Amino acid sequence: MDAEALFTFNLRMGDSALVLSQRLGEWCGHGPALEEDLALANTALDLLGHARLWLSLAGEVEGRGRDEDQLAFLRDAGEFRNLLLVEQPNGDYAATMARQYYYDAWHHPLLQQLAGAAEPRVAAIAAKAAKEAAYHLHRSREWVIRLGDGTEESHRRMQAAADELWPFTGEMFAADDADRACADLAALRPGWQAEVAATFARATLTLPASAWMPQGGKQGVHTEKLGYILAEMQFLQRAYPGERW
Amino acid sequence: MVAPAPVPPAEIWRWLEEVPDPEVPVLSVVDLGIVRELRWQGGELVVTVTPTYSGCPATAVIARDIEGALRAHGITARTETRLAPPWTTDWLTAKGRDALRQFGIAPPGSPAGELVQIAPLVACPQCGARQTECVSAFGSTPCKALYRCLACREPFDYFKPH
Repeated sequence: MDAEALFTFNLRMGDSALVLSQRLGEWCGHGPALEEDLALANTALDLLGHARLWLSLAGEVEGRGRDEDQLAFLRDAGEFRNLLLVEQPNGDYAATMARQYYYDAWHHPLLQQLAGAAEPRVAAIAAKAAKEAAYHLHRSREWVIRLGDGTEESHRRMQAAADELWPFTGEMFAADDADRACADLAALRPGWQAEVAATFARATLTLPASAWMPQGGKQGVHTEKLGYILAEMQFLQRAYPGERW
Repeated sequence: MVAPAPVPPAEIWRWLEEVPDPEVPVLSVVDLGIVRELRWQGGELVVTVTPTYSGCPATAVIARDIEGALRAHGITARTETRLAPPWTTDWLTAKGRDALRQFGIAPPGSPAGELVQIAPLVACPQCGARQTECVSAFGSTPCKALYRCLACREPFDYFKPH
């Protein structure tokens, strides 16, 4: 396989997991209930673990001596390859759960697909991560249903969050050569749409209408939000280069 | 130089059974099923370890503890991580399952294929009743879920199937 494509694909997988993990980490200590605080932190921790595996492999494939830490802490926003969806702010709980659900409903089947990848290192990471992502999807789906089919207020907020984040879902299935070398993203679309439609029906939510779908995250063109995330996440290594625990 | 006397593998496994999991100390690393292979490479013992959860902070501590424990028995060891096949709770030993129950943690059911089993039939480790409910699939560590017993009203941890 083309090393360049594999490097790019690994960055995309790792950066999306890393940025979403960092976003979920912002909730730590602020969750609406103790159980939710734990669940958010646990999900963030799983994703951080995935990011470490993907970025380590990216560094290995690149062969320029960069390790997971250098890739996570010493790249600027333009070098990040994460989905625009995951850098969107936490907002209220409905926004956090809509973002999570859209991602999980794509992430879990993608990992299942990658578990059968020809590249054994990709397959190993995916098979491991898929088991954790199954729990994530189970939880975010339940929250979308609970909030959508809840009170008038929770329904209103869940619908608003679903609509607001919908345009960012197009990028998940838009494949370029690097994606095509490693996965079949287009093949995930019908399953994702069926999953979301079934959940929204149970949640009494209306499926958002198709809209303009911004792209660019996977090429390094991000919304203005990513810079703020990195400023916080990378602060220590930027201020004290090479500092260790 | 005299080569060290070979240590029988059973002896090494016995030593490893004394290395506890840092977060669930009633389980040894052997009970947990994460030690996959022992092999000698020159004068060094390579211990292959399969991590439980990708983000589990105990992973690094476990590697250090294994190396330290073997060093205490005069063996130079290093750990090697192996991802595939991924760790499953099916690898927990029967002894480990009993230890969990006695410690107040319900042992895991079977991970049914790809389906998450937020298992409906988890017996309370305190009173044994099967009328329990899942409070949250995410608990105090990545490997546990929070449950509540509807009979004795006690909350408890469930080591979730994985």
